[in-house]
This record gives sequence, structure tokens and C-alpha cells, in this order.
Amino acid sequence: MRFKQLIASLLALTVASAASAQDTSIIVQSTTSTANSGLYDYLLPMFQDASGVQVNVVAVGTGQAIRNAQNCDGDVLLVHAKPAEEKFVAEGYGTVRTDLMYNDFVIVGPEADPAGVAGMTDVQAALSKIAESEALFASRGDDSGTHKKELSLWASSGVDPSAASGAWYRETGSGMGATLNAGIGMGAYVMTDRATWISFANKQDYQIRVEGDDDMFNQYGVIQVNPDKCPSVNVEAAQAFADWLVSAEGQSAIAGYKVADQQLFFPNAPTN
Amino acid sequence: MQSIGDALGLAFALVFSGDPDLLEIVLLSLRVSLTATALACLIGFPIGALVAIGRFPGRNAVLVFMNALMGLPPVVVGLMVYLHLSRSGPLGFLGLLYTPTAMIIAQIILIAPIVAALSRQVLEDLHSEYAEQFRSLCLTRLQTVQALLWDARYSLLTVGLAGFGRAVAEVGAVIIVGGNIDHLTRVMTTAIALETSKGDLALALALGIILLVIALGVNAAVQSVRMTATRQAYV
Amino acid sequence: MRMQDVVLRFDADAVLKGVTMDLDVQGCTVIMGPNGAGKSLLLKLMHGLMAPTSGQIMWGAKAPSDVMSRQALVLQKPVLLRRSVAANIDFVLKARGKDIGLRDGLLEHVGLLHKATQPARLLSGGEAQRLSLARALATEPEVLFLDEPTASLDPASVLAIERIVSDARSRGVRIVWVTHDIGQARRMADDVVFLQAGQVAEHSAAAAFFSEPRSQAARDYLDGRIVF
Repeated sequence: MRFKQLIASLLALTVASAASAQDTSIIVQSTTSTANSGLYDYLLPMFQDASGVQVNVVAVGTGQAIRNAQNCDGDVLLVHAKPAEEKFVAEGYGTVRTDLMYNDFVIVGPEADPAGVAGMTDVQAALSKIAESEALFASRGDDSGTHKKELSLWASSGVDPSAASGAWYRETGSGMGATLNAGIGMGAYVMTDRATWISFANKQDYQIRVEGDDDMFNQYGVIQVNPDKCPSVNVEAAQAFADWLVSAEGQSAIAGYKVADQQLFFPNAPTN
Repeated sequence: MQSIGDALGLAFALVFSGDPDLLEIVLLSLRVSLTATALACLIGFPIGALVAIGRFPGRNAVLVFMNALMGLPPVVVGLMVYLHLSRSGPLGFLGLLYTPTAMIIAQIILIAPIVAALSRQVLEDLHSEYAEQFRSLCLTRLQTVQALLWDARYSLLTVGLAGFGRAVAEVGAVIIVGGNIDHLTRVMTTAIALETSKGDLALALALGIILLVIALGVNAAVQSVRMTATRQAYV
Repeated sequence: MRMQDVVLRFDADAVLKGVTMDLDVQGCTVIMGPNGAGKSLLLKLMHGLMAPTSGQIMWGAKAPSDVMSRQALVLQKPVLLRRSVAANIDFVLKARGKDIGLRDGLLEHVGLLHKATQPARLLSGGEAQRLSLARALATEPEVLFLDEPTASLDPASVLAIERIVSDARSRGVRIVWVTHDIGQARRMADDVVFLQAGQVAEHSAAAAFFSEPRSQAARDYLDGRIVF
């Protein structure tokens, strides 16, 4: 009967979809900032050619990436929130954390520069000025690596922006790109990682206003998910990917990724 | 500011370039949503039919529940499916998270209530026409359900279309359970979300236009089938 | 069939107020009476589609619901499936576990074989009613209930249907026919039940009914006066 054939083929289709999660693939829980910059589109084909391992990237905020990895829904974690990463390893979810690369955060703002922070290099002073003038500031507000970094910078500048939440301090609760879109839409200052900003296509009249402070350093780390906690981890392939990233080959590949002639990430894995 | 004109131009350029990545995304969107729609119909139609012809205690409660489920937010469905399919969840051993199957499951949960509730309405109307003659013919409940489902086939096609429309257009559930992984689980809506987050609004809009054209095509196909059926008084 | 003191109430309104009658095993009984007299309801009670508020209806020793599957009903407005003419017959044959091969014979019998592949709901009124009859006959009923099947048909269609029903009767099918058409009643009836205001005003053999109606209401009705 035709009807039964239809059901059978639908089931076959469903099973076929399930079969695509093969042994030679891994899932990397990573951040929107790295994915949106296009880095993976550049790096992964190189690694896949070299190793035959299919790398599937799930790009979410650092906080969610870590939680997903804690649920064993990934083989490798590649994020940028060092304290949270170290906690992840300390709690036994990850085996070892390695510094991988860095870039830096910048604060972008509109042409009009309502808080008058253009050209500043002291991020704490710039944030204080924004708070004083009550110029709009759009925050990720999503527990991501960038959000955590931003909160620590507010803390060190002695301002509690949460008091102004909903007034001049706007928490979008979204990814980096969405927050930039929202911030630009409302004329707010936004703190973003440089890589996302350089490759971001909807800049309008926005420019980098604050940059160059050592406190805005943005370190990325790579962690393999612990197979003792998560037996589903593809240990070999995960190891191969992490090893390749910190190898001379992987590091030079990272250094070689450029958008608009600008290098987005600076490899700094420890050499051994 | 990027204009809608740019987006239109880009949409045309994308389509005519025959970009294999785009084709892959479009085909996956169709495969996931059509499979989900077909399976949701397999589940939803019989439930709709049983509620339509059944007179049982608690029927009104079932109706209210079915109608309420129609409003399920996709994100909530996505989270529920994620929690079940996650490696640490009860169905984690299946290894389905971040696969098209997971997306299909989420979309089934999302649209099966719509299919059930709308088909219940369609079948109840038809049943009021057929009921007396069917009772006189001493049909079993199963025979009645089968006859109603078959005779309402063109109306149910429209019901399925409503389900497909919601499935193919939703992003909240598939982005959570699919992960928007390039070449694996990236579909039209998650690609649109991604391009929006990259600030490439023109490309996002261009993808949106392509999605719209696909939706128009599917609707037009169903409409033409229905018109043929209407001419034969089969609707 | 025996009907004893049958009362049917909707809420407080009694629409049948104590109907008692017997029907023979054979023949064609025509039920007549003004609108609202309860003719169609009486038919549905006999068939078992409804249950009386009080009173008893028995087919031999059995209740109507037990013999429903050996009876068939044709309604004034044919309820045809949204399928082809042939599929409408196939549906019933299949549902009743009968041989699909009977279909063409049935369609031939009602003069619709040449329209077998056409959509059933595009048939003319007379054709649709003939298909409805063929479907009823497909169940090989012992009793055939007709609820004003020719009410809105042209004379040729009426005759065609009467011919099919006569043929069924001659093969031993018991006919119970509700109609407003006095000429039709004269042509078809073996006995006539005249129903008025929920009660049997008269039940007599056809010849007697048409020559010497006993009740005033039946006399008025036959003479074309308005009866309430």
C-alpha cells in the first residue's frame, strides 16, 4: 500500500539523519565571537584536510557553551572566559585547558560620541565618563565571555551599571552581533571583541572609540571535555583537534586569518 | 544603511549563482520541515479525527489543551527537546542532539498540536454532514475515521500547509537542538539569524526573500491542487 | 414490525405522542402527513437512529439497533462522499465486507455505469439520488427507508427512482417511504400511515385510504386543503 511505503520512507529518512553523527566527527562548543568572525570557515577545512575529522561548531555565548559541554553535548570547548574555564576544568568537566590565542576588546560608539570618549585608552576612565554622562550603553547581558569581561571592567571602574538597567544601561540578552545591531540602532556604546567588529557588516557611522588598554585583553582557551564525565566524547578526534590548534601549523593558520587586511586573532599557545 | 533593494538584488544573485552552500541549506530546510510536517500529520490527523467524532468525558478539557498547545513558543519546545536529547538527558544515549533528526523532532512537537486542532475543526464539520448516513450504514469507528480523513483530504492538505508554514519559518527550536552547524544542521532560518548577528542584513534579508519564495511556491502548489479538487466538488 | 405507545420528546415538547402500529413483513408502506407531523422522526425511530422517550419498537423479537445493519436509509438530500461515483459504492461494499465486483452491476441497475469515474458530487439531483439508492441496495438490506427521496426532482427522475424501488420491493425488500407526493403514494403504496401532530390519524390499506379515508385530516389532505 502506498501509504505504508510513505511511512517507511519517512522513517528511513529520519534514521538516515541520525546516522550522520559518525565516529569521525566532533562537536566544538564555541562562542559567537569566533564563529561570526569567520575564523572557523577558514581554519576547519585545513584541519579536516589534514585529519579527516569533521568538526561541527555550535556557536553560542561562552556561558551557554560551558553549560552545554557540562551536559556532555560537545567534545571540545573553545571559549574566552578564563576564570569560568578554569572552574570547568577544576570541577572535572574538562581534562586540560590551554591558552590558544587572543585578541582584544574595544568599545565602539557613534560618530557623535555623546560621552566624549573618542581616543581614550583607559577603559575604566572611559566607562566612568559614559556612566556620568548617562550616554546609552548596550550590554550583552547574556552571561557570555564578553559580558563577564564587561562586568569586571565596570567593577574595576567603580560604577554599578545595574542600577541604571533599562535607563542608559541596556542589556540585550543576545549574542555579540545582535547586541551590535541593537546598540547601533539606538545609538549606544557597545563593548565588542575586535574580531567581531572588524568582520561586522552593519557598522553604519560607528567607529572604535576606546582601545589599547591592557585590561581589554581577550584570551581564548581550548579545553577537551573529560571522557570520565562524558563517555560519549570522541577522545581521539578531540585530542587531534586540540593538538592541531596549538601546534605550529595551527598557530600559524590562526595568525594567517585576515579580514580587510587586519589580523583578527593572535596565537599565543605555549610552545613545548 | 543597507536597503531592501540591495537585498532583493542579492537574493536574485544568490539564486542564480547556484551557490551549492545555499542549495544545501534550502534542501535541508525543506527536508526537515517537510518530514516534520508529514510525521506531525500522521500523529495529528488521527487525534483530530478521534476528538472530532468522539463524545467522551473530558473532551472539552482536551480541546482547550489542544488549542493551548498551538501557542507553544518554539524556544520552549527547543529547550524541552534539548533537555531530553542532551547527552546528560534521558534520551542522550541516542546521540541525536545537533542532528537534523533532533530538528525534526522539535518541529513535530511544535506543529502536531496545530495539525490536530485544525483538523479536528475540519473533520467535525464534515462529520456533521456525514454522521447520520454513516450511522445508518453501521460503520465502525475506524471506518468512520478513515472515511472522514480521506474525504477531508484537500482541507487537510491546507491544514498540513499551515503546519509546514510554522515549521519552516521557526528558528527558536531548531537553533537550540540543531546548533546551526554549517553543512550539518544549518537551515534557512538559522542562517538568517546568523547573518543578522554578523550584521550582514542584506544577506539575511536575501535569504528571507528566498524563504518567502519557497513558501509562496509550496502554497501555490497546494492551492492549485485544491482548485482542481474544488472543480470536482471533492473539497 | 410492531410499534407500541411510542413517545418522543425534545425537552418538554412531545413530537410523537403515543404511536402504535404494526407493519407487515412484505410490501411498501407510505407515511404521509403535513410538515411537522413527525414523519422523518418516525422513520429514524424505526431504523434505530434515535431512541424513543418511552414505548417500544420491535422488529420481530429484536430492537431496531440490532437490525440496523440489515436496513438501509436514503435521505432527501443525498449524502455522497467526496469521491467518484464508483468509489461511493466501493466504500460501502468494502465497509460491509462484500464483493467489490458487485459495483458495476449496481451502477448498471441505477443507470449510472457510464458515469462511474465522475465525481459523485457533480451529479444532477436525480443521478445523485439514484447513486444514493444504489449505495443503499449495495448493503443488500431487508428493509429500505426512504425519507422524501424525490422531493425536489423532475418527473423523469422521480419515475426512475420509483422503478428502482419497485424492483427492490418485488425482490422482497420491505419499503418504508415518507413522501408528500400523493400521486407517488398512489403508485407505490400497499398501505398508508397518515400522521398528524405526532399521532397516527389513520393506517389503512392503500386502496381503502385513497377511496374512503376515514379521518377528517386525511380527507382534507387528499383534497388539497391545508392541514395543520
